[in-house]
Amino acid sequence: MSDPFLIGEAMTGGYGAVDILHDCTIAVEKGQIAVIVGPNGAGKSTAMKAVFGMLNLRGGRVLLDGEDITKLSPQARVRKGMGFVPQTSNIFTSMTVEENLEMGAFIREDDIRGTMEQVYELFPILKDKRYQAAGELSGGQRQQVAVGRALMTQPKVLMLDEPTAGVSPIVMDELFDRIIEVARTGISILMVEQNARQALDIADKGYVLVQGANRFTDTGQALLADPEVRRSFLGG
Amino acid sequence: MDILNALVAFLNYVFVPGLAYGSQLALGALGLTLVFGILRFSNFAHGDTMAFGTMWVILITWWFQSMGITAGPLPTALLALPFGIAITAAFVLATDRAVYKFYRDKKAASIILVIVSTGVMFITNGLTRIIIGPQEQNFADGARFVISAQGFKDATGLSEALVIKSTTAITVITAAICVAVLFWFLNKTRTGKSMRAFSDNEDLALLSGINPERVVMVTWIIASALAVIAGTLYGLDKSFRPFIYFQLLLPIAASAVVGGLGNPLGAIAGGFIIAFSEVFVTYAWKKVVGYLVVLDLEPTTLLQLLSTDYKFAVSFTILIIVLLFRPTGIFKGK
Amino acid sequence: MLFLLTGFMQSWNLSLSILNIGVLSAIMALGVNMQWGYAGLFSTGIMGSVALGGLAVVIVSGKPVPEGWAAGGPRLLFGLAFGVAVLLASIFIYRRMKPGRTRGWTITAILVLGFFAYRAIFDPAANAIEAFNPATAGNIGGFGLPSLLSWPVGALFAGVAAWAIGKTALGLRSDYLAIATLGIAEIVLAVMKNEDWLARGVKNIIDLPRPWPVPYEVNLQQDAGFLQTVQDWGMDPTQASTILVKLLYLLVFTLVLLAVVWMSERALHSPWGRMMRAIRDNEVAASAMGKDVTARHLQIFIIGSAVVGLAGAMLTSMEGQLTPGNYTPLRFTFLIWVMVIVGGSGNNWGAVLGGLLLGWLWLIVENAGPVAMGYITMPLPDGALKAHLIDAAPHLRLVTLGLVLLLVLRFSPKGLIPEK
Repeated sequence: MSDPFLIGEAMTGGYGAVDILHDCTIAVEKGQIAVIVGPNGAGKSTAMKAVFGMLNLRGGRVLLDGEDITKLSPQARVRKGMGFVPQTSNIFTSMTVEENLEMGAFIREDDIRGTMEQVYELFPILKDKRYQAAGELSGGQRQQVAVGRALMTQPKVLMLDEPTAGVSPIVMDELFDRIIEVARTGISILMVEQNARQALDIADKGYVLVQGANRFTDTGQALLADPEVRRSFLGG
Repeated sequence: MDILNALVAFLNYVFVPGLAYGSQLALGALGLTLVFGILRFSNFAHGDTMAFGTMWVILITWWFQSMGITAGPLPTALLALPFGIAITAAFVLATDRAVYKFYRDKKAASIILVIVSTGVMFITNGLTRIIIGPQEQNFADGARFVISAQGFKDATGLSEALVIKSTTAITVITAAICVAVLFWFLNKTRTGKSMRAFSDNEDLALLSGINPERVVMVTWIIASALAVIAGTLYGLDKSFRPFIYFQLLLPIAASAVVGGLGNPLGAIAGGFIIAFSEVFVTYAWKKVVGYLVVLDLEPTTLLQLLSTDYKFAVSFTILIIVLLFRPTGIFKGK
Repeated sequence: MLFLLTGFMQSWNLSLSILNIGVLSAIMALGVNMQWGYAGLFSTGIMGSVALGGLAVVIVSGKPVPEGWAAGGPRLLFGLAFGVAVLLASIFIYRRMKPGRTRGWTITAILVLGFFAYRAIFDPAANAIEAFNPATAGNIGGFGLPSLLSWPVGALFAGVAAWAIGKTALGLRSDYLAIATLGIAEIVLAVMKNEDWLARGVKNIIDLPRPWPVPYEVNLQQDAGFLQTVQDWGMDPTQASTILVKLLYLLVFTLVLLAVVWMSERALHSPWGRMMRAIRDNEVAASAMGKDVTARHLQIFIIGSAVVGLAGAMLTSMEGQLTPGNYTPLRFTFLIWVMVIVGGSGNNWGAVLGGLLLGWLWLIVENAGPVAMGYITMPLPDGALKAHLIDAAPHLRLVTLGLVLLLVLRFSPKGLIPEK
């Protein structure tokens, strides 16, 4: 197996003096979906932020397509082809859907219309609401805007921090379907999820974190089948 | 009953002055609200930025006049305006570099920035007083009236006249142009949109690769331009005194807060709300009411709700009422 | 030290009057320090408290004007009481009625009708009072009580005003408090300038009595014992009398200052003071621990304003007259702020030092500025530019003060004497 496209290797670090991550490794292959699950406070979001450069690592490194990007700022990582959708405040509420997408593409100098059409194809509802303020949309539609915004830079890796937080089960299923579609276009996806069962179901690779360290790592289906994972983390 | 004359008197003494004052406040409040939206603090130096810029406009106007350059029927100050804006913007950008940037990089609390802005206010105020002095200055020239009292009376045969000073007309027209240009800029250009994005959600804007220093710089330039224009229009329409400009901070801040801090549309609405309330409450309605009632019922008092000296009380009361019942302003602010 | 130097360089009289102002400024700075240093409240309405303190002196110890009072005093008070009643009624209705359109209209009706009724009661009374002998009186007069008594009343006035503003504006965002208090101060001043029946407005009130134990110079100069002493010391009686008067003021003011410092220090180191600082440093945590943040803020806001009002009353009784035109936000709001920040926010001794230091700087630059500018512009040819620069010199202090504030905030944000 080739080296993974994006890997956060043996990451150790935290926000202050106390380390949250301990020798934690997260990786995703090209065009695949990797999911981080685990109990509350396990450091799932922190691991994601560490990969994106939003906290200082004391140990370990982050490689993107073989290049060491450990020292780069989040903004520079966006330019390298990483897209990030934060868990909250992930859209410009006072701006229209279309303006949100335009702002997503702010660093691009070339014509963005093609990409925007692709996003609208992926999320047709956004095309209907393109001139509406994003803050007026429903929870699920907002998440689509947020993902669409991140896709506007044409990233090679898309990182999603709990994309289904606070949306209804039906909307959640739809969002997962869209995420699979995004992965099919060749974009690697790394996401943190509370809804572990559904997320692992679509995942090529799953990471179960406990207290900032890897507990189980396997394919999504294997983890779902693992009795210990089921008992401890999936509620039987 | 003389409805026509009453209407003319109303337009002349209430509506037109309110419109002009409202335009001036709206421009001032726009500058304040933009700075708040992007830099997230109430800039106490804004009134003195207005004074500082207007001072340069006055000085350049005098220089132009001494060289015999005028704008014909328009005030020479309009020619001087771009130069005043350039100097003020340079000064404001210099203060940003020397003062505000340090606290921005430190992510200091907004109240610290407010206090810092009072320091800048002191310096700007002092410089203005040193350069031009604290006295009153008049610098309006060109045609005095668009519609003069006699002309109106001759044309309509009414005993009341609707007088429109050219400065009033210029104020309203300039303000309308500025607002149109500003909104075009904010809604249609990439830079304008990036400013709105930054104001809406700073973290996400950074994530999208928007350069914060550039946004801040553009904001300061626009805010200075608006401040100088507002100050010059106010000075043309009334007169220039550094102290009055410092006091203007209150109605301007009230306009911005009433409309919702950080919301440009709200700033304009707030400006007119404050201006019209002030004029309404402090105008002596005797004349208008006198035309409307039968002669022997003519009111004996001035029918003035509050003396003009209490105009601050008007902006303040509206401010408090809005803050109590709708803390984010009439239009949603921050 | 600086004051001694000024004494030798210029005159003892000047030095002492600057020192007196400095001590008063220090008291004001203490009041502001409570609001900002203990509680983190940024109020820009300090000038209003100072002016209210001054007003208290006029009302408590101003000369009575029985004719003015007879012309409309009771009716005027009734008018004011009526106005307050209207406000209370609308608040009562607001609390008791269900929210909705009916409530809105009822309150609007009460306020509008109440306003006109209030003006109908109030205006004739005010006019009648102002009509009496407008050249020297035209106001309702004071109670003619000793000046010392007016000091606590000044504190009371400022405290009550602070309660009203605090009730409405505290708990809002910090910048809103700053804007709102700036407005309140301007309104207080507008009232004092325009309500001639109250304190003669811009016509000023003069001849306010001096506080015990300060004598009048004229009396001193006729006092045989004083003359004898002065002669023994070989001093000029006129000069000696003015200096003695100023020294006595200094004594009284310093006693008050020390009392305020002592009480502030006690408060700061009491459990109450610790709670205040806890709230300032982390409001969320403090309120999670069950502290009523808004109520504590209101409390300290009132106390701080009252201390400023006290100093305002002392200032007016020292000057012997109330001149509303002298109250400017630069001098009485922002200067005091700079004193607190330069001295050291949160530290009482810092506030005192800042008050003395900047009080000195402010007044000495006013006096010495033009002289210095004269030296600086010496090489320039006489002419408009030179004259303009010398005229402009007093405004240099605004720039100086702004620079001092910015430099301290930048390089020594804890001030000269940092909080322990």
